[in-house]
Amino acid sequence: MLLAVEGLHAHYQKSHVLDGVDLTVERGEIVALLGRNGSGRSTLLKAIMGLVVPSAGAVRLGGRDLAGLPAHRIARAGLAYVPEERLVFDNLSVEENLATGQQAGVADAPRWTLDEMYEFFPRLRERRDTKAGYLSGGEQQMLTICRSLLGNPRLIMIDEPTEGLAPKIVEAVTAVIRDIQRRGVGVLLVEQKMTIALKVAERVLIMGRGQIVFEGTPEALRDQPEMRRAWLEVG
Amino acid sequence: MDFVLFSTLNGIIYGLLLFMVSAGLTLIFGMMGIVNFAHASFYMLGAYIAYSLAKLIGFWPAILLAPLLVGLIGVAIERGMLRRVHKHGHAHELLLTFGLAYVFEETVKMLYGNYAVPYSIPADLRFPAFTLSGADYPFYRVFIGLTALVMFALLFWLLRRTRVGIIVRAAVRRPEMVGALGHDVPKVFMGVFGIGAWLAGLAGAISGAFFTTSPNMALELGIIVFVVVVVGGLGSLEGALVASLLIGLLTSFAAGADVALADLGGLVGLGPAMKAIGGIFTVKLATIAASVPILVMLVVLLLRPSGLMGDKT
Repeated sequence: MLLAVEGLHAHYQKSHVLDGVDLTVERGEIVALLGRNGSGRSTLLKAIMGLVVPSAGAVRLGGRDLAGLPAHRIARAGLAYVPEERLVFDNLSVEENLATGQQAGVADAPRWTLDEMYEFFPRLRERRDTKAGYLSGGEQQMLTICRSLLGNPRLIMIDEPTEGLAPKIVEAVTAVIRDIQRRGVGVLLVEQKMTIALKVAERVLIMGRGQIVFEGTPEALRDQPEMRRAWLEVG
Repeated sequence: MDFVLFSTLNGIIYGLLLFMVSAGLTLIFGMMGIVNFAHASFYMLGAYIAYSLAKLIGFWPAILLAPLLVGLIGVAIERGMLRRVHKHGHAHELLLTFGLAYVFEETVKMLYGNYAVPYSIPADLRFPAFTLSGADYPFYRVFIGLTALVMFALLFWLLRRTRVGIIVRAAVRRPEMVGALGHDVPKVFMGVFGIGAWLAGLAGAISGAFFTTSPNMALELGIIVFVVVVVGGLGSLEGALVASLLIGLLTSFAAGADVALADLGGLVGLGPAMKAIGGIFTVKLATIAASVPILVMLVVLLLRPSGLMGDKT
């Protein structure tokens, strides 16, 4: 077991955003996390990363509990996080942005190089000296994934990587996510588009009201339209 | 002609000294957004500590060691006090550091007395760097200017060309994300604060020996360094350098200018009338030289609120 989240709770002021979340991700596995807006998916990633302090529960990475540690120590233990808002450093060049992500990483994690990033997304190499603030949304998405990957993580959490992107870029991004997984990194993927989640993920989780309400294979989810109606579809 | 020449030279040197003190505040206030009213106190502490150390270990070791000690004091203040009040906003920081500035001033008065101490440069450094139209220009003034230029180059290189500098600039923009990438942001900020204090201490240790080392040297510079940072544009090192030179030159010329408004009025025939009225018309420009920086700030804030080179990190 690479990542095991057990009974995780988190509060924003008075509201109980995470209400006892349990989930696991294996090495080299892509797990998709679905759910409506406000179901707690983004908060879950932040709580795992230490950006929101969990009020109870455990976050075990390779057996070691990281819950409650500051984000930089969780990152150094081998967890990487790609935020939905992308949060590129708009005052730095593309290459400087990538440099901020470079870390030695932990012993058993696969290693990534700057050149590999530029091979994933040749567009980034072309724009290496451009200030990240001038990049398009798609380019910023490529940049944040690469920036986090250069920390040589054991597991990477990606929040809505395809939101608002052109189909061609969505394809490129999903191809890279598959490559990351093939090298043995665990991937926890928050997605809005069910089609993409079902295409790349080995396992699908659905979140509703701060809990995991469904866990199964993409096929199992396809066979349960009532599940989709209850927790995913709008209207 | 000599007046112009020497005022220019002195103005540049004074401006470079101002830069050395304000460079730290550019990092601390301009980039990190921490209000530190006690920044000029680091400058004063640098001078006093160097004065004490020079008697024990000699001049050169003292001006190297004193800034390091000031840097450590800065780190302790950031770690032990400022970090705790930062989340409550600027008002808390202002009150805290305002209090600190007084504590430092009173401590210095208690230990060294109310008046200037005889901190001066060694005799073997008192030689002219060059002679200009019959007058000697002291080597030590040139040394102060060169040190400031080296510090500018060093800071610029550190921020623009090194990995540490990249992380600092990223942390200023989005501290949370930098933390999530595995960097200990509070430690980064503590280091930057220490470097800022070190620089101010270095400026004090070097220039205190040439100008005066007295308990009010912090207060005198305290406002001016904020003016430099604001006029230059928050967080811009180049802006701080330009603003420092501008204020240095203007102050230097104003201090030496033996003119009043009435003299200007004389050019259009109003001289005698203005002299008869007196008051503001007969005040010599030299007597208001100290307020020149504030006037510069007023003009810049009205015309360019973001400063000369604002919004560049």
